[in-house]
Amino acid sequence: MTVDTAQRRRRHHLLTAAAAVAFALFLLVADRTFDAFSLRVLNLCGIYVVLALSLNLVNGFTGLFSLGHAGFMAVGAYTSALLTMTPAEKELNFFLEPIVPWLAAVTVPFPLALVAAGAVAAALGFVIAAPALRLRDDYLAIATLGFAEIIRVVLTNLQPVTNGALGLKGLPRFAGTGVVWTCAALTVLFMVLLVRSAYGRALKAIRDDEIAAAAMGVDVFRTKVVSFTISSFMAGVGGALLGHVLTTIDPKMFTFMLTFNILLVVVLGGIGSITGSVIASFAVTVLMEALRFLDGPLALRIGEFELFRTEARPGLRMVVFSAFLMAVVLFRQRGLMGTREFSWSMFSRAGLLPRRRGGDAAGGTHGAA
Amino acid sequence: MALLETDKVTMRFGGLTAVSELDVRIEPGEIVGLIGPNGAGKTTAFNVITGMNRPTAGRVRLDGKDVTGLARHEICRRGIARTFQNIRLFRELSVLENVLVGCHAHVAPGVFSSALHLPGYRRREREARDFAFALLREVGLEGNADDLAVALPYGKQRRLEIVRALATRPRLLLLDEPAAGMNPQESVELMHLIRRIRDQFQLTVLLIEHHMQVVMGVCQRIYVLEYGETIAHGDPAAIQNDPKVIEAYLGAG
Amino acid sequence: MTLPLFLQHLANALSLGSLYALIAIGYTMVYGILRLINFAHGDVFMLGAYLAFYGAAIFLLPWWATLLLALLVTAAFGVGLERVAYRPLRDSPRISVMISAIGASFLIENVGIVLFGGRPKGVTVPEVMNVKIELGGVSVMSVSVVIPLITFAVLAALVFVVQKTRTGMAMRAVSTDLDAARLQAIDVNRIISFTFGAGSLLAALGGIMWSYKYPQLNPLMGTMPGLKCFIAAVIGGIGSISGAVLGGFLLGAIELLTIAFLPTLTGYRDAFAFVLLIVVLLVKPSGLLGGTQVEKV
Repeated sequence: MTVDTAQRRRRHHLLTAAAAVAFALFLLVADRTFDAFSLRVLNLCGIYVVLALSLNLVNGFTGLFSLGHAGFMAVGAYTSALLTMTPAEKELNFFLEPIVPWLAAVTVPFPLALVAAGAVAAALGFVIAAPALRLRDDYLAIATLGFAEIIRVVLTNLQPVTNGALGLKGLPRFAGTGVVWTCAALTVLFMVLLVRSAYGRALKAIRDDEIAAAAMGVDVFRTKVVSFTISSFMAGVGGALLGHVLTTIDPKMFTFMLTFNILLVVVLGGIGSITGSVIASFAVTVLMEALRFLDGPLALRIGEFELFRTEARPGLRMVVFSAFLMAVVLFRQRGLMGTREFSWSMFSRAGLLPRRRGGDAAGGTHGAA
Repeated sequence: MALLETDKVTMRFGGLTAVSELDVRIEPGEIVGLIGPNGAGKTTAFNVITGMNRPTAGRVRLDGKDVTGLARHEICRRGIARTFQNIRLFRELSVLENVLVGCHAHVAPGVFSSALHLPGYRRREREARDFAFALLREVGLEGNADDLAVALPYGKQRRLEIVRALATRPRLLLLDEPAAGMNPQESVELMHLIRRIRDQFQLTVLLIEHHMQVVMGVCQRIYVLEYGETIAHGDPAAIQNDPKVIEAYLGAG
Repeated sequence: MTLPLFLQHLANALSLGSLYALIAIGYTMVYGILRLINFAHGDVFMLGAYLAFYGAAIFLLPWWATLLLALLVTAAFGVGLERVAYRPLRDSPRISVMISAIGASFLIENVGIVLFGGRPKGVTVPEVMNVKIELGGVSVMSVSVVIPLITFAVLAALVFVVQKTRTGMAMRAVSTDLDAARLQAIDVNRIISFTFGAGSLLAALGGIMWSYKYPQLNPLMGTMPGLKCFIAAVIGGIGSISGAVLGGFLLGAIELLTIAFLPTLTGYRDAFAFVLLIVVLLVKPSGLLGGTQVEKV
């Protein structure tokens, strides 16, 4: 490595650290000053970062097509909810049929519950991965979708454990800004380190050409299973965070529609780009809220006059998003970032940061080699 | 003891017999050729040896040990590496990264040691990089280390594929039409390369080729397949004069 | 369980199974040709039912006229769907096409919610379908007899088309090797459009029959049946029309008979299909009537 590259590396690391601190400060300020609604949207962005990256790990970086994410999220959410609610809260919820005794008295601190949520989801992911990952892509998609549905049906029917279709209300509000964004930051850090490592290289090799990868000694199946399991862990944590932000969960929340939302984020940002997922998480979450008005009555006003007003048409928002997804996949398949990642070199090339001697040649494509 | 032995290997796909009772024996250090008209079953034979297909009948033995039907990555770890007829490089990876994938054939990167960049991981990475660079230098590709593999010209891509296979530290190297699309000058260079790496890395080579010049020039023994059957076997001179071989390639009369 | 009760359950299973079969055929035809899981197929099913409903409710057409109209319009819609959502991506990686299919499915569903309203609509079942037939302690609605008849008629017609006509031969060629078929001067686009049209027509037929049997429409009515019918097609052997029919009947039978014998499992009814799917994918992924598939290296 030349002195130049080492210097450039160090400079980039400093810039990244500075940006991270700046964002942390922003979060601190936001936590104090934002109203409850805006803060919730901000935290949802963070949760979607975790969820989108977990889906991207499997679909983008490992090249599998898994549609079962909502199932792992559900498992994580329920695990965390059941572990953190006090016996009193549980009794309040389980009025139809009392909760199973071994869950009634259990209450654990939130961080432990989060880890447990991830662990249970990961265990489930591992169990599912072993058979499912032997299947071809489209069959894998349907199989994972099938598993997610099975999970949902089971959750709906296991009244004494999950309260069935009634769901759980009044989850403790443990998922504050700090917790959510710490998880998001850890997820991003983990993904960046992983993708740039030898393991990430193996993943890309599998995605590019599984046959060649196997011929070069990569244990394709095992790598896929590990990837899938880790992704499930993250999805479980994401689901738990979601549950604690929304404070109510029920099986109907965790349908294919939820997986679709996350898939939308991943596709929009670029399958295989961490930066893309992060940016798209913000974009889609904010847009989802901003476009909520589409579901209500729409009025065209000029000054004080209301020209006409349509009735409330719920579903219009999702029409826009579905159309958007199709537009992206039809016209710009690679999404926002394709498989590229952010690099400070982009600013140098655009003239916003001083260039170094020798220029910034390949910085933008892979990140530092 | 022979390095590689196939024992009546037969491969049937539905009604089609691609390979029929293949008996190949390769001694350590040899360069052996596998030739025959298109569709003769040569690549299928490679696929069986490398574990891509489980043979319908017969066994494959490496160093006397049965490796039939082992997992593909396991066969690679045992010491059999290959290149592909239609180059299969990792398109989104750089030249260096392509080779690095091969370097990890024997010690797979653990997910946590990779993500956490543990010291053991960092050391192995450095060693792998040094080894990969050395391999690239062997074929004159060290200047292209950071280029995307697919951006290389065709001849260099073929060389990269060979070097990537070498990164897995094989004892037996299977080359599937390495000279395809090469002009005479490049073919001669390839012949030299094959001999050089055989000597330098103590390899044994099994090679599928249509380029007769390369085959006759570099192989010590040749097997000839037609419609899955072995129709001839011997040294280059014998094969060149074998009437069955001539008929197979040129048709009767 | 008495014999008449069992026979009643069997009759129900047959009628449900034939509905599943009808819809599964569309999935299998499209998958056979394009290796594409048409996620939007279930929503086409929904569209057919709604079109028939509006035809009767708004244009006051007799049931058979609105049915025919709905079939034709839905077939045309299916052709259009392929043109817009799938054809541009024919040379793209499969994941893109699948995403487009999922997007199309959600788009149709949500447009349905916007246009038709989320609240269920009641269907007026035509009288001929609403006759109660009693036979030896077993009672079925006439619609439940009509459906299997239609299914078998469709199956026979399709088998004839696929085996005996040039279009059918072209279909088989395209599903074996699209590029080779193109080289044989087969108008691949026309064949694909035909397949989508036929498949969508069958889905619409299934949807309308479904609405005669379960006379409540809602825009999401196609989601679950759609998934289940794809599973039925997989179970029977994806790409095989008779396989789809077999799979449909099998699924219907397993669903209803399991609940009949084990009523406590009623809540898990929807999960049966998925459990069955996973079992099949693990044991024989090519399905009951499917052949083995080989990938060329």
